[in-house]
Amino acid sequence: MAKVKTHFEESDVLIVGGGMAGTGATFEARHWGKDLKIICVEKANIDRSGAVAQGLYAINCYMGMQWNENQPEDHVRYARNDLMGMVREDLGYDMARHVDSTVHMFDEWGLPMMKNEKTGRYLREGKWQIMIHGESYKPIVAEAAKKSADKIYNRIMITHLLMDDKKENRIGGAVGFNMRTGDYHVFRAKTVIVAAGGASHIFKPRAVGEGMGRTWYAPWSNGSAYALPIAVGAKMTQMENRIVLCRFKDGYGPVGAYFLHLKTYTQNANGENYEKKWYDHTKNLVGEYIDHHPTPTCLRNHAFIQEVMAGGGPIHMVTTEAFQDPHLETVGWENFLGMTVGQAVVWASQNIDPKYTNPELTTSEPYVMGSHATCSGAWVSGPEDLSPPEYFGVITEC
Amino acid sequence: MSTFVYMTRCDGCGHCVDICPSDIMHIDETIRRAVNIEPNFCWECYSCVKACPNHAIDVRGYADFAPMGHSVRVRREEEKGTISWKIKFRNGNEKNFVSPITTKPWGKFIPKLAEEASPDQGEINSQRLYTEPNGLNIDGDLPTISKDTFKKGVYY
Repeated sequence: MAKVKTHFEESDVLIVGGGMAGTGATFEARHWGKDLKIICVEKANIDRSGAVAQGLYAINCYMGMQWNENQPEDHVRYARNDLMGMVREDLGYDMARHVDSTVHMFDEWGLPMMKNEKTGRYLREGKWQIMIHGESYKPIVAEAAKKSADKIYNRIMITHLLMDDKKENRIGGAVGFNMRTGDYHVFRAKTVIVAAGGASHIFKPRAVGEGMGRTWYAPWSNGSAYALPIAVGAKMTQMENRIVLCRFKDGYGPVGAYFLHLKTYTQNANGENYEKKWYDHTKNLVGEYIDHHPTPTCLRNHAFIQEVMAGGGPIHMVTTEAFQDPHLETVGWENFLGMTVGQAVVWASQNIDPKYTNPELTTSEPYVMGSHATCSGAWVSGPEDLSPPEYFGVITEC
Repeated sequence: MSTFVYMTRCDGCGHCVDICPSDIMHIDETIRRAVNIEPNFCWECYSCVKACPNHAIDVRGYADFAPMGHSVRVRREEEKGTISWKIKFRNGNEKNFVSPITTKPWGKFIPKLAEEASPDQGEINSQRLYTEPNGLNIDGDLPTISKDTFKKGVYY
């Protein structure tokens, strides 16, 4: 075996992972510590790394507190309903109260936000989502991280966190290797932020052969966000949670904008609205949640799966009505080109023009991840003004 | 196959190698051209296609589902702040779309935080993030709420 070089680096703040969360944390950390040494380590290239490499066509959560559209407590109620009670309300509230200032910052930086022509406000896709031209969402936020970090290491894969020798239960850094040279890197740091990715390919993908990579979530996301903390004994929570998504078949094109903005709807093979057929069945299973508005996403997906198992498939999205409007047709296509190009590729290859053909939907393979309002991950104490005092019990004056 | 490279256009510059999030675009050591070494780990994210200065990288849908004869081509122009797409269906139909990628000159409006004034201890102890509370565009401070209002949910 060739001799491997080992490199050492010391810093005040080490950010592991340079996706949206990691690059954002790099920027924010510089505001609070002007003189600190801040380092971000990413296994790919921060300009196009993480789940937002392709872009995003919507920001899925914006309160609009400035126009009193929603308040953080409204979001807590919504999230509790959609996840059928499996939420930490303190964390949901905290996230919701900070999201507006972040969105305003992106607007200021040049992220193209769509505006409602009548009101001048951000264009709503649904009650919570706003629409953007987000092809360059990731490069824009990466630029902010580059301006803020002392150093950004691309192509270094962090494999383990280091425990502090002198202080019990304290992380003292991380180790990893260079993807190009194989060199070993040891990062010692006073603070470590793990902003690594969720996990693809734990469950068998729907596609086989060379299509294995065309999963819904990025195939390069290998669950470091869970593996790193688990390996040092972190308390994990709700790891039994699985997310299964309803998506356009074969390309995983998202359905949010189609349902909410384009007002397209689903039907079974006989052209029927199948969701109401499964009302009694689902009510027996979960009780009152089926009567809540909006219907929790998982219950709508459950009706989908039941209908297919009962022989009512394939399930189609009725696009042929909405797509007669050229503006809505453009939104429908750009929605994919801005975040899931593979769906446009599939439709082009199969001559599916949604203006004339209702495309088929399917459910994705299951995932373990912390995005899309799922809730699995390392347990955190939360903000002191919101979280229960016993979460901070172990902290003593010193 | 996901991405593939037109050998006559590729000059082996390595921009695709540099950007690929899956680390599967490599330079073939014999022919000195880019090649997708692991097509079944390609997300079809188009990062390499957009980065290629010679437009030498193309994508075809994976063989399990996508018959050949289609193409989805892209030109991303950072100075103009636009991205242009051309979709060619297998039956020859075409669709073209142009979208903005930024509204401002690249990176000019992102602050260099190290040059700004340091936050005081009161701000450091608060729950505020950068630009808050002003950046929220609301009257008053960052919202907070009594701990009693939360339903007991998932604790441990």
